Amino acid sequence: MVVGELSEEVEVLVIGGGAGGYAAAFRAADLGLDVTLVNAEERPGGVCLFRGCIPSKTLLYAAEMVKAAGEVERMGIRFGKPDIDFNRLREVRDEVINKLATGLEQLAKKRGVRLVQGRAQFESSNEVFLSESESRRMRFRHAILATGSLPNNFPGMSFEKGSRIMDSSAALKIEKIPDSLLIIGGGYIGLEFGTIYASLGARVTVVEMMDRLMAGVDRDLMDPLIKELDGLFEEVHLNTKVSDLKETDKGVEATFEGDDAPQTFDQALIAVGRHPNTENLGLENTKVELNEKGYVTVNERQQTNDKNIFAVGDVVGGKLLAHKAFHEGRVAAEVIAGKPSAFDARAIPKVVFTDPQIAWCGLTQDAAEAEGRKVKVVRFPWSASGRAVCMGQTEGVTKMILDPDTGRILGVGIVGRNAGEMISEAVLAMEMGAVAEDVALTIHPHPTLSETLGEAAGAFLGTAVDILPQRENDPDSAE
Amino acid sequence: MAMEFKLPDPGEGIHEVEIIKVLVSPGDYVEDGQSILEIETDKATSEVPAPVTGKVKEVRVESGDTVRVGDVVMVFEETGEKKREEPAKKEKAKKEEEAEERPEKREEKPQKAGKPPDVQRGEAGKGRKGKGPVPAAPSTRRVARELGVDLKDVTPSGPGGRVLTEDVRAHAEGKEPARKPEEEPKEEKAPTEAAEKKFEPEGRTERMAWRSVRRTTAKRMIQSWNEIPHVTHQDAADITDLETLRQKHKEEIKAQGGSLTLTMFVLKAVAAALRKYPRFNAELDMDAEEIILKYDYHIGVAVDTDRGLLVPVVRDVDCKSIVDLAMELPQLAERVRNGDAEREDLTGGTFTVTNVGPMGGTGFAPIINHPQVAILGLARAKLQPVVVGDLNEYEIRPRLILPLALGFDHRVVDGADAARFVRAVVEAIEDPETLMMKV
Repeated sequence: MVVGELSEEVEVLVIGGGAGGYAAAFRAADLGLDVTLVNAEERPGGVCLFRGCIPSKTLLYAAEMVKAAGEVERMGIRFGKPDIDFNRLREVRDEVINKLATGLEQLAKKRGVRLVQGRAQFESSNEVFLSESESRRMRFRHAILATGSLPNNFPGMSFEKGSRIMDSSAALKIEKIPDSLLIIGGGYIGLEFGTIYASLGARVTVVEMMDRLMAGVDRDLMDPLIKELDGLFEEVHLNTKVSDLKETDKGVEATFEGDDAPQTFDQALIAVGRHPNTENLGLENTKVELNEKGYVTVNERQQTNDKNIFAVGDVVGGKLLAHKAFHEGRVAAEVIAGKPSAFDARAIPKVVFTDPQIAWCGLTQDAAEAEGRKVKVVRFPWSASGRAVCMGQTEGVTKMILDPDTGRILGVGIVGRNAGEMISEAVLAMEMGAVAEDVALTIHPHPTLSETLGEAAGAFLGTAVDILPQRENDPDSAE
Repeated sequence: MAMEFKLPDPGEGIHEVEIIKVLVSPGDYVEDGQSILEIETDKATSEVPAPVTGKVKEVRVESGDTVRVGDVVMVFEETGEKKREEPAKKEKAKKEEEAEERPEKREEKPQKAGKPPDVQRGEAGKGRKGKGPVPAAPSTRRVARELGVDLKDVTPSGPGGRVLTEDVRAHAEGKEPARKPEEEPKEEKAPTEAAEKKFEPEGRTERMAWRSVRRTTAKRMIQSWNEIPHVTHQDAADITDLETLRQKHKEEIKAQGGSLTLTMFVLKAVAAALRKYPRFNAELDMDAEEIILKYDYHIGVAVDTDRGLLVPVVRDVDCKSIVDLAMELPQLAERVRNGDAEREDLTGGTFTVTNVGPMGGTGFAPIINHPQVAILGLARAKLQPVVVGDLNEYEIRPRLILPLALGFDHRVVDGADAARFVRAVVEAIEDPETLMMKV
């Protein structure tokens, strides 16, 4: 027998070392299973740690500080124009990544999770072939597919290293701050990167095909952000399609549909969504099925159509969010360990880390209207919040979408600084099946932004202190 | 227009079915009446036809799922003619008035069929009428999954119709409480805590789904074991002559497409014995304090299948000849093994015969197929030395001896009855010529 033909036996094989993959691996190991994690990259962490959440939030934190420093001028405190040392900024970003990656490696080691670098391809429903790896073949009892997603490209282009046309991964390198940056796509990635680059000095133009930025977020939550972005960005073009994009010596030439002449930008960022990473995995050798959008089909127990193979995270679609992947990863591990787990989350929070931040969960007002569902919407403007006024963040809004009869919380949306930290209370409320009264009767510390949640709930009951009771015929409430 | 298709009531008081196979996928076009699901109720499989002509928009179940009557299993986009008035199974000509009662807009009554509407629901019912999930904390939902409880069935005691963990446990234990949580007596705590301390086996283990035939068998065995005071009576029959006769006729029966086995003879012998001792073909009605004698001789025959033990029923054994049985039983067993059995094939038995002889065994104590009164078990027939004559003059002959065991319900019959009953069976099979002659 050739050595290369030897197949290692593993109990649980996790493919992909991103958020979903390591969450699954760690949970499975904690449940006493023998776990091997195969990751194409050297270190665990995936897109979230290396090319997504973590580096982008490091840079966004810096951007927020730049802005905050400017904001306190209204209080008579002047820092002057920021002097940015980009080398140091990049170093800090890498230090953050390194610290967290090291943490993950240590956690894996202490749990006895075996980390193997390589690319796995299914040969059958219980065996994978590994390339670029020290191992060749592994037979598994259960596999968890967590291969994530990849950025979509502009039609007919490919992302190349050093190109002026970047995807989000390249943009996080901030190798240089361009004088002008074109961002194609007005979703959360486009807006977050626009915020980073504009705060660091670039003139940012955003082009969006649809008639609004951040489709899926209620318009009233977008208003304060749009107002902010109007000042931060050079231009925002809605209903605009880029018909042609090419790289020249001088920069990137982009032609907007309907325009005759192209416009030139130093760099361009393509942020037009992501697609599941399902190619070259040998899925055709298994019973795993993909849906019409190419995502792996799973049930609420994260099982694919192939009973030995589970899938979690971006590769199964839905919201491509690390925290959704974590949760799914844990479910898959628990199901494999024989526990009656299921992914039955009632609300998945979403956060856009612009400044102001937007965070929401559950039903949106737009979605309720679209499906003709009768809801009661209550809003608490931050101009009535003591804490927000102290901070000069009076543009913020906290709103709740409620069942008009029972007061059950169906959705919550927040725009304003720290919205991302605040949304968790709403998610917990929804998971617990809370009604507005539950939140209104919960004592919130004063003065904090979290009070706005209690007050919004109080507005439904007519018990809010800081705003007047809503009238029955309030035009804002969807009837 | 999108249409939610709920699992139709298969009738006969069945609340729950297991999905064996989903025959369509999202995006498929289906014709009204085309089979879309293969389901198993108790132990029989059947198919569910599409209620409309249209496109499958969503499939909410998959094979292996246990689904309750009224649960949404698929969503269709209608393209064809209007929706059929009646739930699917109605085709099979169920009770007419049921069809009347169960029109299409069942959304209004999410409660399960077969369960009386719960007047106490009040506020909860209101919450349930709306869309969306039953309000319950994640930990409560976990407990519900663990106990196999559908939150929709639980009477909530929390504010605003919220289902609490206690409600789920109470439902699982079969007591739907109208009690308020604060009135909960102290001693309630003990079982709750015990239930939380879940059995966690050590070492290398694997959990297997406890479903379908396995689960149904288990439930029935528990019921039988708990309710019926079992006694086993053993005897033996000399089947040497019967075997000779069987060998003689085997080939001609085979030529006719049947299979002549010991079981057919035993079935006939049992039917005759049941006529003679009617209390073995009966059922005990404890509530009415009456013994119900049955004048149909429908005898179940235990069959070992890939899915587990199944008991197809041979109807009116008394009216059939051994040749008839030799034709019918193998086909019936085959249908059962292939999962093609209808519910009728598996229900209505009045007595059961189980033959483990082909597998081996010198004797065993069969468990009664509730609510029947007795079950006859056959072990392996063996060639044995039999002493004929008396102490002064005897002869030892090799004879084929069949061990029999009758499990009976001592509430209905006594040991002496059982001895007489088994003797009647033994004597009949020891004299096969006569047995063949009868009918």
